[in-house]
Amino acid sequence: MTIDLTETTTSAIHDTLMQARHRLGGPTLGMVLTLVIVTDESGQYDAVRAASQAAREHPCRVLGVIIRNPAGRSRLDAEIRLGEGSPGETLLLRMHGALGQHADSVVAPLILPDTPVVTWWPDRAPAIPSADPLGALAQRRVTDAAASDKPRQMLTVLASGYRPGDTDLSWTRATPWRSLLAATLDQPYAEMTSGTVSAEQHNPSADLIATWLAGRLGIPVAREVSAGPGITGVCFTTVAGDITLSRPDGRTATLSKPGQPERRVALHRRDTAELLAEELRRLDPDEVYAEALARFAVHPIDAGDE
Amino acid sequence: MTTPASPPRYHAGPNPLRDARDRRIPRVAGPCVLVMFGVTGDLARKKLLPAIYDLANRGLLPPGFSLVGFARRNWENEDFAELTYDAVKQHARTPFRDNVWEQVAEGMRFVPGDFSDDAAFDRLCETVSQLDVERGTGGNYAFYLSVPPGSFPAVVGQLKRSGLSDPGPGGPGGRPWRRVVIEKPFGHDLASARELNAMLAAVFPPEAVFRIDHYLGKETVQNILALRFANTLYEPIWNRSYVDHVQITMAEDIGIGGRAGYYDGIGAARDVIQNHLLQLLALTAMEEPLSFEADSLRVEKEKALSAIRLPEDLAAGTARGQYTAGWQGGVEVRGFLEEDGIAPDSKTETYAAIRLGVDTRRWAGVPFFLRTGKRLPRRMTEIALMFQRAPHLPFAKTDTEELGQNALVIRVQPDEGVTVRFGSKVPGSAMEVRDVNMDFAYGESFTESSPEAYERLLLDVLIGDAPLFPRQKEVELSWQVLDPIEEFWAEHMKPEPYPAGSTGPPSADALMAASGRAWRRL
Repeated sequence: MTIDLTETTTSAIHDTLMQARHRLGGPTLGMVLTLVIVTDESGQYDAVRAASQAAREHPCRVLGVIIRNPAGRSRLDAEIRLGEGSPGETLLLRMHGALGQHADSVVAPLILPDTPVVTWWPDRAPAIPSADPLGALAQRRVTDAAASDKPRQMLTVLASGYRPGDTDLSWTRATPWRSLLAATLDQPYAEMTSGTVSAEQHNPSADLIATWLAGRLGIPVAREVSAGPGITGVCFTTVAGDITLSRPDGRTATLSKPGQPERRVALHRRDTAELLAEELRRLDPDEVYAEALARFAVHPIDAGDE
Repeated sequence: MTTPASPPRYHAGPNPLRDARDRRIPRVAGPCVLVMFGVTGDLARKKLLPAIYDLANRGLLPPGFSLVGFARRNWENEDFAELTYDAVKQHARTPFRDNVWEQVAEGMRFVPGDFSDDAAFDRLCETVSQLDVERGTGGNYAFYLSVPPGSFPAVVGQLKRSGLSDPGPGGPGGRPWRRVVIEKPFGHDLASARELNAMLAAVFPPEAVFRIDHYLGKETVQNILALRFANTLYEPIWNRSYVDHVQITMAEDIGIGGRAGYYDGIGAARDVIQNHLLQLLALTAMEEPLSFEADSLRVEKEKALSAIRLPEDLAAGTARGQYTAGWQGGVEVRGFLEEDGIAPDSKTETYAAIRLGVDTRRWAGVPFFLRTGKRLPRRMTEIALMFQRAPHLPFAKTDTEELGQNALVIRVQPDEGVTVRFGSKVPGSAMEVRDVNMDFAYGESFTESSPEAYERLLLDVLIGDAPLFPRQKEVELSWQVLDPIEEFWAEHMKPEPYPAGSTGPPSADALMAASGRAWRRL
């Protein structure tokens, strides 16, 4: 059911939730976490949809914070959705006027007790996520550099504002590639001299992979621009020949190693719901991300200007 | 490419891209071929083949991973691919993706043949070496014997004869591996278990033999270790000072179905207690292992199994039953003796309950009650620690009439989770205390759904990670517990009838009542 409350308060929202839950037979106890999504009217549909997909198997409370018309009169409107095949609760909180500056005063009372809080900025993220009032409520703060106009610049900004618990979806997008690269180097390989990562011009995931590889392997890793889609390949130059992993079609990758047959492996690009599900899996600081990000800030990647 | 004058230097030491802190990157199996015997069986279709697809879908199988099916069917590779496709469509846990399926299907081969057919195994040999060349599987083979135990010697003998079991000297990249996976039953008594092991040991070294007890792949079972050894809350009460007794139950609502050939003569105790229930007992009763390495875990489990003591009076300390016709779950069902393929005078039990002691300082005097049965009211597996009653209750007697024993219940399946049962005040003006539940459910606490037990176990085999597989010593210790009971039963105790859909034979209730206790409700 969907319930609209206009010019409301958090305690009225809370009471309405309790009543609605009671009417549905009390189905939503034991929710896993509270996910705060900070977005605007144009971004809310996709973000909330991805969140409810990610949370499909395990209920959570989604709080969509939508800031509207900052110049107007202060007002809180709430749209409560529960039931309807989704196990958790979704609350869209539209904040008008000066209230938008104090969104945390609305969000804090609606956070589930004794469970983790994750704040996600699907589009525009603050420079220091942990200093943002809504970020300060969360132990995990998820940004997305790829949504920014200048992703590389955004990574540098995020690097200087990094606090443990920050994470970025462009790093999440890199996981299948990093996993496959790690598995490739589980097998014996000849001494490496250099590497390249090829991807579309604006692809912060490729930038992070290149930085991560350079840091871990101690070799220069270049970033090449290709037509995409997404990341199209990684190549290591070794003294015995090249090890390449190429994915021209965004679906299936081919691994070739010197003296060995080519091998194919499924490597699809994941949708936001899957990325979010990976993010929600672990809520402790991601130190490897922190290292890659810090290295990126010191050795920025130059692949055309932004 | 020309061969360089001196061989290139190879990287030695740990993989620089792996970091224990980097937990987004999963463990991925290395290049290998999985050869599956008995691919047309139920287990393969419902569990193993879907699990392989799920692993591929989660990106946990290596590029080039290949799967070879072997069975007595006049099939081509495409027929095997079709069987797998249907199995995956029907039973896989993760969503179907074309490109993942293509990857799996590309590496699928089928070798038709009989276990006595030398030529078929020679063809199998050619098939896998061809895969090594075509798909770079590196000469690493795992053999999954999803076949009746009677066929083990034939298959293992053929693997040796054809040279498949021999990894050879290996190349510059290291020595390839061979692993063999077998399913229960691991023999039907101590002597036959040793025989089976001797047969395997003649071909494969002990660390290459993976005995699958799929219960150990279940999240809830692994969670016993987390619950006990990662918390401070439970360890202080996990002993004879607080625990009154322990009940370990595996109830099934189904009958024997199509397994008559295997089940008749084996029975519930050999089928379930010897492996699953004694493993659960060992995990519940064991001391803290030094680490979660396979060896440390095994040492503690072996100690717990060695400490098991049988009841002095086996007639009173065990119960044995056989279901008769009745109504189960709203359906009228046949009795065990009327099932197809069962001898009308069969003395095989379909229900077994035993009382065991664990002779350690921690558990002295605490009975462990194990029960399993078919055609019981519902399907359920759990471990329940029943705590002693409070030594003194400062309430009027009438106030606590509804207060039972505190209990900690590990629900293995279904509804995986943990329940704590304790007394709480009933709302109202009177001081009345009644039992309530505090509940942890896996499904409500993590954003990740639990993988199937077989996914975990297959991956462990391909990676070569052994902690979740029982070793021969554990199998032998379990038979040492069960053999005297089976001998006593064969001589002195016929199974007692119980109607399908009931909770078991009266003697099982008497076994509990003798010490003033009762089974938890099924």
